[in-house]
Amino acid sequence: MNDDHGSVFDGLIGGDSAQWAFGTDFEDPLAGVDTTVPDGVDHAELAAYCLMLGDDALIMSQRLSEWCSRAPDLEEDIALANIALDLLGQARLLLARAAAADPVVVPALPEGSPVPAEDALAFFRDAGQFGNVRLAEVANGDFAHVIVRLLLFSVSRLALLERLRASIDTVLAHVAAKGVKELTYHRDWAARWFLTLAGGTEESRRRLVTALGDLWPYQPELVATHPVELSLARAGVGVDPATTRAEVDGILDQVFAMSGVARPDRPPLEGEGGRTGRHGTHTEALSGLLAEMQVVARAHPSGRW
Amino acid sequence: MSADRREWPLYEVFVRGKRGLNHVHVGSLHAPDDAMALRHARDVYTRRNEGVSIWVVRTDAITASSPDEKDPLFAPNGDKVYRHPTFYEIPENVPHM
Amino acid sequence: MTTTPAEPELQERLQAGFDATIARNDRIEPRDWMPDDYRRTLVRQIAQHAHSEIIGMQPEGAWIGRAPSLRRKAILLAKVQDEAGHGLYLYSACETLGVSRIELTELLLAGRQKYSSIFNYPTLSYADVGTIGWLVDGAAICNQVPLCRTSYGPYGRAMIRICKEESFHQRQGYELLMTMMRGTDAQRAMVQESVDRFWWPSLMMFGPPDGESPNSARSMAWGVKRNSNDELRQRFVDMTVPQADALGVTLPDPDLRWNEERGHHDFGDPDWAELAAVIRGDGPCNAERLRHRRTAHEDGAWVREAASAFASRSAEVAASASAGPSGGAGAR
Repeated sequence: MNDDHGSVFDGLIGGDSAQWAFGTDFEDPLAGVDTTVPDGVDHAELAAYCLMLGDDALIMSQRLSEWCSRAPDLEEDIALANIALDLLGQARLLLARAAAADPVVVPALPEGSPVPAEDALAFFRDAGQFGNVRLAEVANGDFAHVIVRLLLFSVSRLALLERLRASIDTVLAHVAAKGVKELTYHRDWAARWFLTLAGGTEESRRRLVTALGDLWPYQPELVATHPVELSLARAGVGVDPATTRAEVDGILDQVFAMSGVARPDRPPLEGEGGRTGRHGTHTEALSGLLAEMQVVARAHPSGRW
Repeated sequence: MSADRREWPLYEVFVRGKRGLNHVHVGSLHAPDDAMALRHARDVYTRRNEGVSIWVVRTDAITASSPDEKDPLFAPNGDKVYRHPTFYEIPENVPHM
Repeated sequence: MTTTPAEPELQERLQAGFDATIARNDRIEPRDWMPDDYRRTLVRQIAQHAHSEIIGMQPEGAWIGRAPSLRRKAILLAKVQDEAGHGLYLYSACETLGVSRIELTELLLAGRQKYSSIFNYPTLSYADVGTIGWLVDGAAICNQVPLCRTSYGPYGRAMIRICKEESFHQRQGYELLMTMMRGTDAQRAMVQESVDRFWWPSLMMFGPPDGESPNSARSMAWGVKRNSNDELRQRFVDMTVPQADALGVTLPDPDLRWNEERGHHDFGDPDWAELAAVIRGDGPCNAERLRHRRTAHEDGAWVREAASAFASRSAEVAASASAGPSGGAGAR
């Protein structure tokens, strides 16, 4: 065999997997992490909590990945894909954790189906069973829209994960520690683009302000408290988002001040009877997103991928 | 000015893969300014590998020698590392496979 | 200025120096003198290659949103992202020849530079993601590995980086197909159907037969190209046949068989008329691919412009140093 392609096919059997994005390797991403649920922790609550945080990451990642091959330049295309990959990695760990904590949350599949739990959760739940905030699911708009969405999302999620590093649940602490590094970069990237668009041209500033106005009503949900969050915060497992509110507000105000953009004064988006995304009550956008995301998996409930 | 607005400037990227090694030229990219070039370099050339050190420098800030610079013929353009005056305009309606 | 030799004499000396470098199998670097035709050939080839990477994001990228497992979604997104990176490396190599990325993009959008014909075929099932990795990236690797030794330095260096990543692409594709073949009957049928569609277009990726490839001979003399189209096509067929056997799929060519005498597989002729039509712009997806790229480029114009404006304003603020430190470059 010719040397030229002999060496290349080494990639089929070996190769350094560290150079690839997290979770694209051929190994179990959860390998080596202690998955025992700590004593005294309510399994159903832990599962519900992991699904909320996991669904936030999954649905954001799905929206961000829609940008692939559509960004303003190649460098930004690559950056958005990196962020989507980070969040997808977080989602996988969290969904797998939910399934391990309380297998009841995993949708039933045909007898003998090889579909792993993380995929059963991602592809075989309906919209009402997703616990993500509504900010993550709204349809994409222009580049200003994705920057504002990512800024609001990453400022909150970073503040949350920083605190979650102290969770008594080993897996959550592990996911949080990894996520903090990632979210630090996402927040920095989004904030930097926020400043750029605010200080760029008339056009970019107009688009930015419009996007901020459109998305602002979704922001309060990021720092609102669901009963499960409160309960798990008391148990030392989770974080009450309300405790991040001051920090989140401070950081956003700093970005607004530096970019000379006024903090919008639009009221929060109402839920229905007090129910919001965390309770499974979503916008119309989510079912459309799921229809696309789940179509192949649902056509092959016993498929192997 | 209007030409500058159309395209972000080119940057050269140097990466120190690990401690004890020199920064090595790995390639180039476009960015609106230095700060963004650094972010782009991280995304494009290091796959966000933590702990490596990155230098970026605008390509037009590099002064280079020519391999043949002993030859005075080449002195006049000895300070431009990348722009070459010849731009080849491909005629229309010619297949290029 | 120094006195310059008479024009013809200078030209001869430069040409002789260039020829000697090529003859030594050494690399030509950006600031070396090079014949205009060499530069033109390189720009054409590298740009076409870069465009192929960027347009090639679309057929697979269309399935990121529908990937049937989260692991496959991560793999596919990382792969398509790599393609953006490869395009970027190659555009950079092209820029060392004096052509900017935006100029090349505009030539692509005007239909005046080409990209690989394979990306004008549609992706119709998730198996196509695997088949593209296995056959299309496999064919690309055959084409590209020899280019790591191409005579133009920046191109060769870009190719080395790209080839390393391409091996992951082929690996993930083949691994997806292997996994699907162990799945349900419907999945196995999906794999076979996909291979049936992509086999012939993959063979066409090596270009027309040697006798009808007008630029090949010169490119080979210059060391820009290292092997002929037919050589590479044969190499691809020889290495793919055992892989197809291992996978358990058939390749849709009744003439495909081992030729003991030649030590190679014999195989049928692709439909060259179809290749010509696809190159001409009449393939199944030509218009759609360009429209997608044009929309992204045009939709991004205001962003690129804003970032440039912000950068010049920041530079001005930095220059007038006495301004308050937190006045903020972006503040109006």
